[in-house]
Amino acid sequence: MTAPLLEIDDLRLHFYTRDGVVRAVDGVTYHVKAGETLAVVGESGCGKSVTAQSVLRLVPSPPGRYVSGQIRFQGRNLLDLDMAEMRKLRGAEISMIFQEPMTSLNPVLTVGRQIGETLVLHQGMDQKAAEARAVEMLKLVGIPEPERRVREYPHQLSGGMRQRVMIAMALACNPKLLIADEPTTALDVTIQAQILDLMRELKSRVGAAIILITHDLGVVAEMAERVVVMYAGRKVEEASVDDLFARPRHPYTLGLMGSIPHLGSSLVHNAPPRLAEIQGVVPSLREEIPGCAFAPRCGFATERCGRERPEIEELAPGHFAACFEAERVAAQFAEAAS
Amino acid sequence: MFAYIVRRLLATIPVMGVVALFVFALLHLTPGDPAVLIAGELATDADIAAIRAKLGLDQPFHIQLATWLWSLARGDLGISIFTNLPVTRLIEQRLEPTLMLTLTTLIVSIVIALPLGIISAWKAGTWIDTAVMSFAVFGFSVPVFVLGFVLILVFSLQLDWFPVQGYTSISEGFLPFLANITLPSVALGMIYAALIARITRASMLDVLAQDYIRTADAKGLATFDVLIRHGLKNAAVPIVTVIGIGIALLISGVVVTETVFAIPGLGRLTVDAIVKRDYPIVQGMVLLFSAVYVFINLLVDLSYTLLDPRIRY
Repeated sequence: MTAPLLEIDDLRLHFYTRDGVVRAVDGVTYHVKAGETLAVVGESGCGKSVTAQSVLRLVPSPPGRYVSGQIRFQGRNLLDLDMAEMRKLRGAEISMIFQEPMTSLNPVLTVGRQIGETLVLHQGMDQKAAEARAVEMLKLVGIPEPERRVREYPHQLSGGMRQRVMIAMALACNPKLLIADEPTTALDVTIQAQILDLMRELKSRVGAAIILITHDLGVVAEMAERVVVMYAGRKVEEASVDDLFARPRHPYTLGLMGSIPHLGSSLVHNAPPRLAEIQGVVPSLREEIPGCAFAPRCGFATERCGRERPEIEELAPGHFAACFEAERVAAQFAEAAS
Repeated sequence: MFAYIVRRLLATIPVMGVVALFVFALLHLTPGDPAVLIAGELATDADIAAIRAKLGLDQPFHIQLATWLWSLARGDLGISIFTNLPVTRLIEQRLEPTLMLTLTTLIVSIVIALPLGIISAWKAGTWIDTAVMSFAVFGFSVPVFVLGFVLILVFSLQLDWFPVQGYTSISEGFLPFLANITLPSVALGMIYAALIARITRASMLDVLAQDYIRTADAKGLATFDVLIRHGLKNAAVPIVTVIGIGIALLISGVVVTETVFAIPGLGRLTVDAIVKRDYPIVQGMVLLFSAVYVFINLLVDLSYTLLDPRIRY
């Protein structure tokens, strides 16, 4: 087996604020193989975005500080690189798409300039060649009249088009890894589907691996091969998409699945009248949590869960979960499904 | 865009008309008989009558106003009472030093303020930021004349690097010109640099927190490109606005600076005219400064369209 493209190994990123230490990422480990799509899911504030931004070292420091761990990209620990070496990777080998296409593009530079910039920087193209390539990229991401659009400014484009521009920008240098941080969250549902289709198509063409950060399990099912579920700065479950949906082993994953609205679900006889939600809120990451961070919200929690933290274990081949009651969770899901 | 420029230029006509009326009223709202005031205590009745005739004060009011507006329209600002020279000629003679001082002051302050403002926003919260902002407070609170005298004392009298006072025209050589203009530009530019540095910092801080800056970082751009190409251009509108407003500030500063450094410019001309009650000169200067201000405002508004493509007129 070849080494993974990216390995995040026991990463701890803490924020040192005036009110104390926030353990935003607290020992996260996951990896992505070349050409693979890995989804990272979890609620807001679970550390999934910060972990991904750490790969490009975009987390401002201070207040952020890497307490321990490694991020290895093609065998090199990115946390050891100096900024000049890091900048050579950014946009060239690893690129990123952000959640808000409305604000992630620079309003005072033309679309062509913003796409061309990476080409000038990383591939040494001149302005003219870069603009010609920008037109090609716009065509590739399905923007009509690319020759005209390339000279336009972001405010002249719709939200969906802007996200297409972001994708064009991210893929301009044929990166090996694309990190997409909630790429469809800010878009209309119909546009969401278009953008996901586009990402899938381009991925097969470019061959990049994707880390897809989302809180939408529908998107996960459609896009990803493997899933990492994060909660309160830790990984709580990891499995292939099929395994995860067939046999979730962490109560938090189970809760996430219960939170998906199904069309017509309230019309079903005897169905609960409202959407199942996960009770309670994400815990504060300022204090050290002695036991399982999810225990206070968990229906399966025992006295042990509040005292002792469950370590992540491989419960089936390729299926990891951090829960003492994993078998009970899986059994209940199987029962409910049948 | 062209239509907008034409519209704005046409709009300056009523504005300048109002200024002209105000300036005309200046002479007539002065308590007492302006001719008596101008003539001074030792004047004879004949002197006063002569002055009155010269200013046209013996004419009916509406004739006076019409004459004044008519000569203004032809670009005639009248004749100075004490020198008997046309005001336009006097302004012409004094224009260069003031224009140059304003220009060099602008350059000095922008060259100092922009980098300082950008660096202190980039390093916000560090000792560098604190140092820059303390410098800005200092620059803002030291009066021009105090700083001017200190600079003369240190750099002219102690170190003998620069001449103490005076002005050399740029046509007589660039280096002598530079030697004379440096200290006044620094003295006058400091307060202005402080103002621009503060607004640059504030505006850049706002911009650097935006998502597109993170995008620029994620592309692998060097810090300089992120700060300048992606940051500064977005932060530019408030900065340019303050530079424009500051030019009005400069006009008053120029008067003081020219006095401290004995520069024969418009500021000195104005002060001298006010002291001697040479009304035509005062009127001409108020008109000129107003026109400059209106014009600068137009330039600032137009510059927005170059800086931000979302602004269209």
